[in-house]
Amino acid sequence: MATEHIVVNCTINGENTTFLANERDSLLEALRDRIGLTGAKEGCNNGNCGACCVNMDGRIVNSCLVMAAECEGTEIGTVEGLASGDQLSPLQNAFLEQAALQCGICTPGFLVAAEALLEQNPDPSEHEIRYWLAGNLCRCTGYDKIVKAVQQAAGQSVV
Amino acid sequence: MQAVKYARAESVEEAVSLLQDGGAGARPLAGGTDVIVQARERTRDIDVFVDIKHISEVVAIEHGSDGSLTIGAATPCYEIYGDDSIAENFPILVDSTSLIGGTAIQGRASLGGNLCNSSPAADGIPSLIVLEAQVEIAGPNGRRTVAVEDFCTAPGQNVLDSGEFVVKLHFPAPAESSGARFLRFIPRNEMDIAVANAATQLRLDADGSVAWARVAVGAIAPTPLLVADAAAAIVGQPLSEDTIAAAAAASSAAARPITDMRGSIRQRVHLAGVLTERTIRQAAERAA
Repeated sequence: MATEHIVVNCTINGENTTFLANERDSLLEALRDRIGLTGAKEGCNNGNCGACCVNMDGRIVNSCLVMAAECEGTEIGTVEGLASGDQLSPLQNAFLEQAALQCGICTPGFLVAAEALLEQNPDPSEHEIRYWLAGNLCRCTGYDKIVKAVQQAAGQSVV
Repeated sequence: MQAVKYARAESVEEAVSLLQDGGAGARPLAGGTDVIVQARERTRDIDVFVDIKHISEVVAIEHGSDGSLTIGAATPCYEIYGDDSIAENFPILVDSTSLIGGTAIQGRASLGGNLCNSSPAADGIPSLIVLEAQVEIAGPNGRRTVAVEDFCTAPGQNVLDSGEFVVKLHFPAPAESSGARFLRFIPRNEMDIAVANAATQLRLDADGSVAWARVAVGAIAPTPLLVADAAAAIVGQPLSEDTIAAAAAASSAAARPITDMRGSIRQRVHLAGVLTERTIRQAAERAA
């Protein structure tokens, strides 16, 4: 069946954005291939790994499981929106200081997810951090450092 | 992704008409966490998504003045477990919705979608069954209501006819001194598909005996099962080790699972009993 190109109007990282997508595109494909925001990564493309995690209307979603056409009128936040110019966010700095990344493929998803956690729960317990981030997989298995980075960003003492 | 088209429905009538026009390849789109994967991996033949999330009654949570509850079929899990009144009066729905996928899945996935995906291992359905949920369906001939335990007919199959979709789920008010609990067994703590799961709702009399109960078990048969024999084993007397063991044995006897990558027949038959026992005990704690 022929699908058509569609025009989608939304807000991405605070900027009004209009983009052209194919009707069959996922939000992840639209971000990476149409808009040029390649921060969100394609890991599994079926909702298991969390590498494509973005913020949509205040909640985190797997962008591989959102149709681009669904984004009309929504507010999307990606990893590119975390820093202000050259100024990294406290969470991003904490990831650097705690060496919370190895190959880095999972990092954008972890950052977007952890940022959303801290927004709604500024002082999470270790259990709450691990539970919230359960949908983000790190094949380098650096989970302890990631959890410590989130704790540092929350202002908690990190051993 | 296969060449899937997208249509946004603004009303129930428009959704029905779009689904009818789309024929067998049209699927309602709620959170998309199952159907988008199925379209991409071609495990279902889908060529039109009909987005039902812009119909207000399909995404609403309504608390009746009598204590009843109505949840729009496409309401995402995180809105359900974030609802204070649901957490207080229907905590079993928090058990289920906070276990379906991880946080990003819960931002989109819905109980209606979980039901319509009709997986034998669905983590929402046993809870809906013990809560006696009624499924309100809209279609070309108007609306009809189906008891949730009659909804699924086989793995991935259900009673929906062409042009029909689930609009909302109705829950009667929980009775005084009643409690309900859902549990799932997986080899890790989160983000996995059930090896087996179970739910129990029960009501206690003033003298402590079980006045009424419902038990449902999942991932142990082609559809989630209402196990009437398990409930019958505990009703009419106070809970005891003997009655709980009899209920567990009834669930194991009702199980007719398969062996797959997640678990064996023997393990699942055993788990049906273990989870029945634990949900009965914990439902009773919530009822007290």
